[in-house]
Amino acid sequence: MLPFTYSRPRNIGEAATAGAQPGTEFIAGGTDLLPLLKEGVRRANRLVDINDLPLGGIRHEAAGVRLGALTRMSDAADDERLRRDYPAVVEALLAGASPQLRNLATVGGNLLQHTRCLYFHDAAMPCNKRQPGSGCPAWDGQNRGNAILGGSRACIATHASDLAVALVALEARVVLGARHGEREVPLADFHRLPGDTPQIETVLEPGEVITAIFVPAAPYSRRSTYVKLRDRASFEWALTSAAAALDLAGDTIRQARVAVGGVATKPWRLPKVEEALAGARADRSIFHAAAELAAQGAEPRQFNAFKVELMKRAIVRALADAGSLA
Amino acid sequence: MPSWSRRVFLLSSASATFLLTAAKRLGFGQRSAAAQPSPAPPPPEAQTAEIALTINGQLQRLRIDLRTTLLDALRNHLGLTGTKKGCDLGQCGACTVLADGRRINACLALAVMQQGKDITTIEGLAKDGEQHPVQAAFIEQDAFQCGYCTPGQIMSAVAFLSEGHEPTDAAIREWMSGNLCRCGAYPNIVEAIKQAAHQSTNHAPLHL
Ligand SMILES: Cc1cc2nc3c(=O)[nH]c(=O)nc-3n(C[C@H](O)[C@H](O)[C@H](O)COP(=O)(O)OP(=O)(O)OC[C@H]3O[C@@H](n4cnc5c(N)ncnc54)[C@H](O)[C@@H]3O)c2cc1C
Ligand code: FES
Ligand code: FES
Repeated sequence: MLPFTYSRPRNIGEAATAGAQPGTEFIAGGTDLLPLLKEGVRRANRLVDINDLPLGGIRHEAAGVRLGALTRMSDAADDERLRRDYPAVVEALLAGASPQLRNLATVGGNLLQHTRCLYFHDAAMPCNKRQPGSGCPAWDGQNRGNAILGGSRACIATHASDLAVALVALEARVVLGARHGEREVPLADFHRLPGDTPQIETVLEPGEVITAIFVPAAPYSRRSTYVKLRDRASFEWALTSAAAALDLAGDTIRQARVAVGGVATKPWRLPKVEEALAGARADRSIFHAAAELAAQGAEPRQFNAFKVELMKRAIVRALADAGSLA
Repeated sequence: MPSWSRRVFLLSSASATFLLTAAKRLGFGQRSAAAQPSPAPPPPEAQTAEIALTINGQLQRLRIDLRTTLLDALRNHLGLTGTKKGCDLGQCGACTVLADGRRINACLALAVMQQGKDITTIEGLAKDGEQHPVQAAFIEQDAFQCGYCTPGQIMSAVAFLSEGHEPTDAAIREWMSGNLCRCGAYPNIVEAIKQAAHQSTNHAPLHL
């Protein structure tokens, strides 16, 4: 870890100005940033602590719920109304990291966490995301954990957040703050596909901060769920995960929302699966047929081909769970 | 596919050029030249700070390099070595302490960011020479082997009980999953926590 200065601005204007300078990192919970600084994967000579910004708190409104970016994962998971009205969000939060990490980690930082790709984390290896143009050893290397969807020859690193998968299924929006005010971006458009520039991960401008996450209240939000499949029962990243939300009229699906994690280079919504479900009966054979469509365009590599089947099963399970919610 | 053929493939022309370019960019053999260019270091006086931490009820003033984690401040500056360093990356829980009663990984908390919080470490659990009920339960249930993970397990267990979860085996395993035990003392750890939970419902509430 290189030496850095530390500041703690009290308003977004100051934070944005400080954050736009080269070599600067914002720090919220620090659970993503500090390991990367220690491993020499990221380098900073200025840390800007954003914990004094007024970005905490959960506000329930008729139109939806606004989670301040600095809300700790554990506090969001503890929120009774969030659990009742958007269960997939709370399930995803509780499936992520560990209890002590969730007390530090913020929801804003969660969306910006870096990939778990082995090569990104090993500063001695090439990695196009860490060092543009150096190559992608995961392509022909240890790629069991890597993406089957949304990758490019330059990068097949997955986006590792659980929370983001539930949020993208529920059509959440990210509120961004800069010196000149706020803008809102659908979470689905917030992360970028790697293409030829995997080092550019989001649409955030230099100095811009996430101020909040807004989850709209929709007819399907309450009947939503998150399924996470991993190598051990707890405290492990997803091999594959699925979020599903259903709006039912009797046993007919009015509309569905489905997204997957652990398999794609960004939180991955599945519009084709959703279209196949709309108007259909909520039963397993329909879920199976719809889940098949998730794999369209999948490009597995040597060690991650198992994720194609695992992903379909995770989707079926999530849909079945959502369908059986009271 | 036998492994040599993969190696042969890797050395095929396209891959070889790719490896060579990568090696050049990395400054082969010089790890310090790797990855992104290093930003200029700040002047030395801006790299340290005078901070005040409240540890086990006592205010401690210290001058630290700003990179110092709470874990290193405890162990290297304050001589409180009960809190252990396992991975230093948030993955093992050996460094678990309480901040304002909430469990956190001290290895991922910068000391400068912990000012104004009430930090409780394993050294602060016993009151008036008497073990905390969770400490006593760990000893009674033989909930450790080498003992390295134990302070973190105990701090996490104290938090588990104050968070108010139902102390079932499944809930204990899930909510203690941030604390790894390389010796595999898990069954006895679960028993110890059940014992402490039972005591806290039958007797006085557990103090912090
Ligand atoms: C061992 C371990 C296991 C984990 N397991 C899981 C898991 O299973 N599932 C899962 O989803 N996550 C997991 N995580 C990731 C964890 O949830 C994230 O590290 C955490 O949510 C990041 O939040 P933070 O506040 O600590 O971010 P920080 O580390 O403070 O910041 C992360 C990045 O975001 C930037 N940033 C933070 N907040 C803002 C903001 N408001 N505006 C602009 N930029 C900002 C920082 O500059 C930094 O680049 C795990 C982490 C660890 C260490
Ligand atoms: S030392 Fe902090 S979690 Fe391992
Ligand atoms: S007792 Fe040895 S690591 Fe847990």
